[in-house]
Amino acid sequence: MSPRLPLGSEREALKIVIVGHVDHGKSTLIGRLLYETGSLPPGKVEELKAVSARRRMAIEWSFVLDAFQAERDQAVTIDTTQIWFKTAARDYVIIDAPGHREFLKNMVSGAAAADAAVLVVDAAEGVREQTRRHGYLLHLLGVRQVAVAVSKMDLVDYGEARFAEVSREITHYLGEIGVVPTFIVPISGRDGDNVAVNKATTGKDDATMAWYDGPCLLEALERFGSVTRPVDQPLRLPVQDVYKFDQRRIVAGRIESGILRVGDRLLFSPSNRTARVKSIEVWSSDAECLEARAGQSVAITLDEQVFVERGEMASHEELPPMLSTVFRATLFWLAQEPLEVDRTYKLKLGTREARVRVQSIERVIDTDTLAGNPADRVERNGVGEVVLRCREILALDEYRDLARSGRFALVEDYDTVAGGVISMEGYPDQRHAFGVKSENLTSVEHRVTAPHRTERNGHCGGVLWFTGLSGSGKSTLAMAVEQRLFNKGYHVYVLDGDNVRGGLNANLGFSPEDRAENIRRVGEVAGLFADSGVICISAFISPYRADRVRARAAAKGGFHEIFIKAGLEACERRDPKGLYRKARAGEIADFTGISAPYEPPSKAELVVDTEAADIEESVRQVVDYVERKFARHCNPGRA
Amino acid sequence: MLHLDELEAQSIYILREAYSQIDPLAMLWSLGKDSNVMVWLAKKAFCGHVPFPVVHVDTGKKFQEMYEFRDRYAAEWDLQLITGDCPPVEEVDASLPPAARSAARKTLGLKALLEEHGFKGVIAGIRRDEQATRAKERVFSPRDESGTWDFRDQPPEFWDQYKTDFPPGAHIRIHPLLHWTEIDIWRYIERENIPIVPLYFARDGKRYRSLGDQDITSPIESQAVTLEEIIEELATTTTSERAGRAMDHEREDAFERLRASGYM
Ligand SMILES: Nc1nc2c(ncn2[C@@H]2O[C@H](COP(=O)(O)OP(=O)(O)OP(=O)(O)O)[C@@H](O)[C@H]2O)c(=O)[nH]1
Ligand SMILES: [Mg+2]
Repeated sequence: MSPRLPLGSEREALKIVIVGHVDHGKSTLIGRLLYETGSLPPGKVEELKAVSARRRMAIEWSFVLDAFQAERDQAVTIDTTQIWFKTAARDYVIIDAPGHREFLKNMVSGAAAADAAVLVVDAAEGVREQTRRHGYLLHLLGVRQVAVAVSKMDLVDYGEARFAEVSREITHYLGEIGVVPTFIVPISGRDGDNVAVNKATTGKDDATMAWYDGPCLLEALERFGSVTRPVDQPLRLPVQDVYKFDQRRIVAGRIESGILRVGDRLLFSPSNRTARVKSIEVWSSDAECLEARAGQSVAITLDEQVFVERGEMASHEELPPMLSTVFRATLFWLAQEPLEVDRTYKLKLGTREARVRVQSIERVIDTDTLAGNPADRVERNGVGEVVLRCREILALDEYRDLARSGRFALVEDYDTVAGGVISMEGYPDQRHAFGVKSENLTSVEHRVTAPHRTERNGHCGGVLWFTGLSGSGKSTLAMAVEQRLFNKGYHVYVLDGDNVRGGLNANLGFSPEDRAENIRRVGEVAGLFADSGVICISAFISPYRADRVRARAAAKGGFHEIFIKAGLEACERRDPKGLYRKARAGEIADFTGISAPYEPPSKAELVVDTEAADIEESVRQVVDYVERKFARHCNPGRA
Repeated sequence: MLHLDELEAQSIYILREAYSQIDPLAMLWSLGKDSNVMVWLAKKAFCGHVPFPVVHVDTGKKFQEMYEFRDRYAAEWDLQLITGDCPPVEEVDASLPPAARSAARKTLGLKALLEEHGFKGVIAGIRRDEQATRAKERVFSPRDESGTWDFRDQPPEFWDQYKTDFPPGAHIRIHPLLHWTEIDIWRYIERENIPIVPLYFARDGKRYRSLGDQDITSPIESQAVTLEEIIEELATTTTSERAGRAMDHEREDAFERLRASGYM
């Protein structure tokens, strides 16, 4: 095969990253691959021999890539590099990545750009710490095609048994994270065995690995599939900038997925503004452009002068991104200082920037064992699952649906400290909550006012919003408080899960969206009760802070959040309805505390600790609170 | 997507990021083929306008054809041209080998210009395939107060999230052509019909493949007089593009030292 065939102008370029543990022979393999395919410039081999000899080495193929003096002197790759070579079939960009853990940020920089990967494992050393970490990160970075090269076979006498052993070890690990290697090729980078030719199968005289009849490494590269742009996925166009260089007002950005056509109605999130695409502007071309696709950088004009700015996400109206102030992420951490709960960072999500706070660290993943462990920090080079919260509304996608709009970076001070991928598991899309559906409503004024009702009832109306885990005692307490207050002459009524779900919310299930809607309706109804002068007690888990914030807004001032506090352990021990048992057995999905999050209130008006107080004492605390806050002279607007 | 379209889209994205995030910003215009492609891409990115100055750091030793080209296209493309001079070679680090020392004048000229105009970002048309230390560059590459490239500790760069935050005094180099190869550049010049200095075409059996200062750049043997012929020639050669640049070959670490101290 001649790698230097004159080429048609339209050739595909596949990017392949070479990863693996330090010193396992990655750079050597690439140097040798370039040599074997005749891709090195004339004189390069002599130059390599000279610089190797100066360091008292036989020829070091790795020096093709390791260009820094420090890299050559210490025989280690510090930074990632890219080098080109071509075969008859296509062009390749080979990305060399460092294996030393000290330079993981550079490995990530290289690997994130790749379409496919070769994981190099030293035959003598076998699978090591960075072999696993790199394998895991490839998976996290979305590199799906992976071939394995078992290198330095010369050091193990080209032994078939050792090869099988290393193959098993790496296949097992990759299998655990859902990666199946395309090929596992035994090679010697130094000597070029199975790098660009499999001598055994091409019939050439070579006894070293006659037992191996698979493809050589080059062929394994050739068998990687091509990459395709996400053209048939929903449209995502992050607004990069808005220009007004001349009379045109231009919205600029790159289409991350989908197709955009002139005439399409675009929805900008999170602002929720809409406008039609009037034109796609192309400089230096007279031909009218009517369509643009994923991967293209575009400049468009709109039919209306809507206010949009950098950071908004344009989509079609039918398939918009989710809106949320909170999301779950799996991230890799690159900074010296660990990631910790309550710290804030700058989020870069597409072109959007916002401050986020680490609400919780769900677990830290040990990339050696793949175990997820509870932790209060994610250390440098570690991988963690966290929940991030933002004061502003974010437009986002789940990574598994739309990779390019479902991933982000975090910045602290001047440095990029993390990259992560988004999952909304257990969190609802808040779009319906932020969007106002009808704009043609005007409210009618009551003639009976709140003070009139307070006068008549002897107390003001309001909402006692109980929140807490299942089994924390909400319902029991609610019913007891209702009875006690009723006996004292209060107008009081309990909204409880079962009595609402049977009627008002009969059409709702238990998906995160339905749960959010359930709480939204309860919040609205409780607000109406309060407005009518009644003390309305609601007893719902209501695990999400955002939902409770909305319920508070619906009650227009008379809202009292009461945290019915009991630890998960205690609740699970009580398990009055046997639900925890079922959840643990996997019979109930998305169960709060077990498989869905509970976000405790940070500023509840009252906290009732049902582990510390018995039922009688708990009831007394709530009733005392009501007597203090709901007396006739009270100001319902201030709890 | 076609390969050239893909390269173009990525470069436009980078240029727009730079323009949106870094101010004041300038583009280095060396008058070579790569920097013309870069100006062209800027016009594409900004719908026919180049919304920042283009800077020509003049060593005073360029070919006459290059100066003519500069004056013609600065006007035709409506560029805000800034030119700056370089100090005499005697002021440059004497420990560098001669050609590198001569090239380093440009670094000093650039530094002076950056200081004078207070640019926070400079767009430069280097490519990874030109030279092994450039291959290790970032798209957004920070330089400290003294202009030094800390290549041992470069920032992470992934998913097109670039380094746009840096301390006062530092500046950033932006490399929108980093992912292009020499042949990509030529194919794009051909496709888009981008003007270039005539020295790239063969005259009397020789042509320039890379244009530096007259005294430290040498032409290659070539019969290529059209773009197609240049592309044909490149598709079959294995000689490196910078073979004619004396400074690259003087000493193993010459280029690394030049770049560490601020050379493009
Ligand atoms: N015997 C033998 N030695 C090899 C082979 N391949 C690489 N080596 C040696 O292993 C050492 C490390 O090789 P590199 O290619 O630099 O390893 P690397 O994986 O790129 O290392 P980092 O980039 O620093 O992680 C060098 O001394 C090589 O000469 C091989 O096939 N056989
Ligand atoms: Mg290496």
